[in-house]
Amino acid sequence: MDTKVLLELLCNGNGVSGYEHNLQDAIKSAFNRYTNDIKVDKLGNIIAFKKGVSNSDNIRIMLAAHIDEIGLMVKDIEENGFIRFTNIGGIDPRTILGQEVIVHGKEDLFGVIGSKPPHLQEASEHDKAIKMEDMIIDIGYSKEKVHSLINIGDTITIRRSLTNLQGSRVTAKALDDRAGVAVIYETMKELNKMKHEADVYFVSTVQEEVGMAGAIVSTFGINPDIGIAVDVGFGATPELSKSDSLELGKGPGITLGGNIHPGLRKKLTEVAAEYNIPFQMEITPGLTGTDARAMIMTKEGIPSLVLSIPLRYMHTSVEVVDMVDIKHSAKLLAFFIASISNENLEGLLCY
Amino acid sequence: MLLKQLTEASGVSGNEKEVRDLIIAEIKDHVDSFKIDRIGNIIAYKKGKDTNKKLMITAHMDEVGLLVTDIDKLGLLKFTTVGGVDKRILVSKPVLVGKEKIDGVIGAKPIHLQKRQEWTRALGIDELYIDIGAKSKEEAEKLVQIGDYVIFKSDYIEFGDNLVKAKALDNRVGCSILINLIKEVTDVSFYGVFTVMEEVGLIGAGPAAYEVDPDISLVLEGTLCYDMPKLDTHLIPTYLNKGPAISLIDRTTVFDRKFREKITSIAQKNNIPYQYRKTSMGGNDSGRIHTTKEGSVTTTISVPCRYIHSPTSVMSKDDYNHTYDLLKAILSEFKREEL
Repeated sequence: MDTKVLLELLCNGNGVSGYEHNLQDAIKSAFNRYTNDIKVDKLGNIIAFKKGVSNSDNIRIMLAAHIDEIGLMVKDIEENGFIRFTNIGGIDPRTILGQEVIVHGKEDLFGVIGSKPPHLQEASEHDKAIKMEDMIIDIGYSKEKVHSLINIGDTITIRRSLTNLQGSRVTAKALDDRAGVAVIYETMKELNKMKHEADVYFVSTVQEEVGMAGAIVSTFGINPDIGIAVDVGFGATPELSKSDSLELGKGPGITLGGNIHPGLRKKLTEVAAEYNIPFQMEITPGLTGTDARAMIMTKEGIPSLVLSIPLRYMHTSVEVVDMVDIKHSAKLLAFFIASISNENLEGLLCY
Repeated sequence: MLLKQLTEASGVSGNEKEVRDLIIAEIKDHVDSFKIDRIGNIIAYKKGKDTNKKLMITAHMDEVGLLVTDIDKLGLLKFTTVGGVDKRILVSKPVLVGKEKIDGVIGAKPIHLQKRQEWTRALGIDELYIDIGAKSKEEAEKLVQIGDYVIFKSDYIEFGDNLVKAKALDNRVGCSILINLIKEVTDVSFYGVFTVMEEVGLIGAGPAAYEVDPDISLVLEGTLCYDMPKLDTHLIPTYLNKGPAISLIDRTTVFDRKFREKITSIAQKNNIPYQYRKTSMGGNDSGRIHTTKEGSVTTTISVPCRYIHSPTSVMSKDDYNHTYDLLKAILSEFKREEL
């Protein structure tokens, strides 16, 4: 399957943190063709295994990209059938007013997050953001009917389809971090054309947005020699400072900071230079907001890396990435994995 | 489906061409004459039985939207609003830019880089921009020009209990009802007028009324509906599913009481549900029409629309059908010279 087709399938689907099971089949059938074994663990992480060429005592490299997305959850149902809701994961309430949503009840139900007509607003309201607790979702049914279709706790996602923008840029919801899942998919395809000594574990993790539960348990289970989180980084826009952001289309961000293993990071930049793959540096002095945060603290500690796909408007329903960055990220990861051997690993990990 | 075509068409105030072309294609074989006047209004005449009074039915074609004002060095488009748009509904929405309907999005700063108090403040128009995926100013300039109009990207969807979600229900509902009246009512003489630029100051209606010089006018609209839970009933301007809303007073017209009572008596006689539009906020083409030349009598009959002036307006198909039925009943009274 073309990587962009998989990305579209995943982004147009739904899987709010803790409710990722809807996407399992799509991922398993895509990963299946390029890996030797696939299993799903108790939390719902999908772990695809690709064997390296040397047969005994292979080193293990784990790639993690999280499949969950931020979303909303039904909290209450009003007398007139309107739904009150709360958020799962970090959502700026200003980005959800006037959105079309799908309420994942007994069936998928269309609704809108209502707004007040400008004609009825007082001038003093114009500059105040509306709080999430003051918003409603209208699915157009009476209270009784809503109760028969929806339960408190049902998840809600914004209705959005992946759309091509100019050039190789696309917009969709949940590109954070299904763009990362697309990268690990593209990486396994690249690796199929190469020789690699290491056994590689491609993991689509759950619940990253609400505390990395998926990465915590999958890293424990795999116990890799190297852990790499593939996530998204803040794409450059006018309101962000240059040092906080990555430019779209100029290659993945290689994270630099205390949590990132310096030897491995150096190797990653060397591989990028060797194969003419563009990259940028992303500076995160402390904990990264990625699955690597869980990896570094697992068992005796796992040497970790973070690769970030530049993404604009993070945690909105109109996230934007450049497909070129996904290609470059995958190439870099594949060449990096192929460059790691039983022989050179110890040297790379040495402080 | 006509309402789907009408709501998905682009027609921001001052740029009604796509809607106008669509309407003309629909009505041209059903009218005795029509013309496009010098500011873009469609004035159609339908000949039926001769009557003493001249009747005009109007609906405005335009919708609220955005207009490109600049292209920045990153290739992002700055814009302003056209008509009454709450800037707070713009963030994180897909839009279509210009004649070619180029896909774009209005993004927002990632929550991770915000201070908590930023959430309480609405983003200003000057902080927002449209991203079409262009890599540079030069690339964007090949596709977009300053002055291009921008519409919300929002498809027509039926959902819930007989409801419709679309953009521009204000006032493509009025256009749709008027088109169907022109097509289906054959024995009554009336002017069907589709006006421009209502949302930016009732511009088209004055010249159209000047030209037609009606004795009676019926203004068709989509109007505000805000039937939120726990609101006192006197604060609810209209309800969904309670029938066409008949205006009492707004910022532009104090509606003729006798004529309004005539309209409600026709509704009662024909068992058509109706409600009053219980707010004095807002205004419509009636404001210009009733004060043109020596003045004339008007009424405004509206389909209630929740979340009006947003990409996701909602109306009830029952309200739409009852509004259409009421108009037909009014026309048959007019034919009997009883209006």
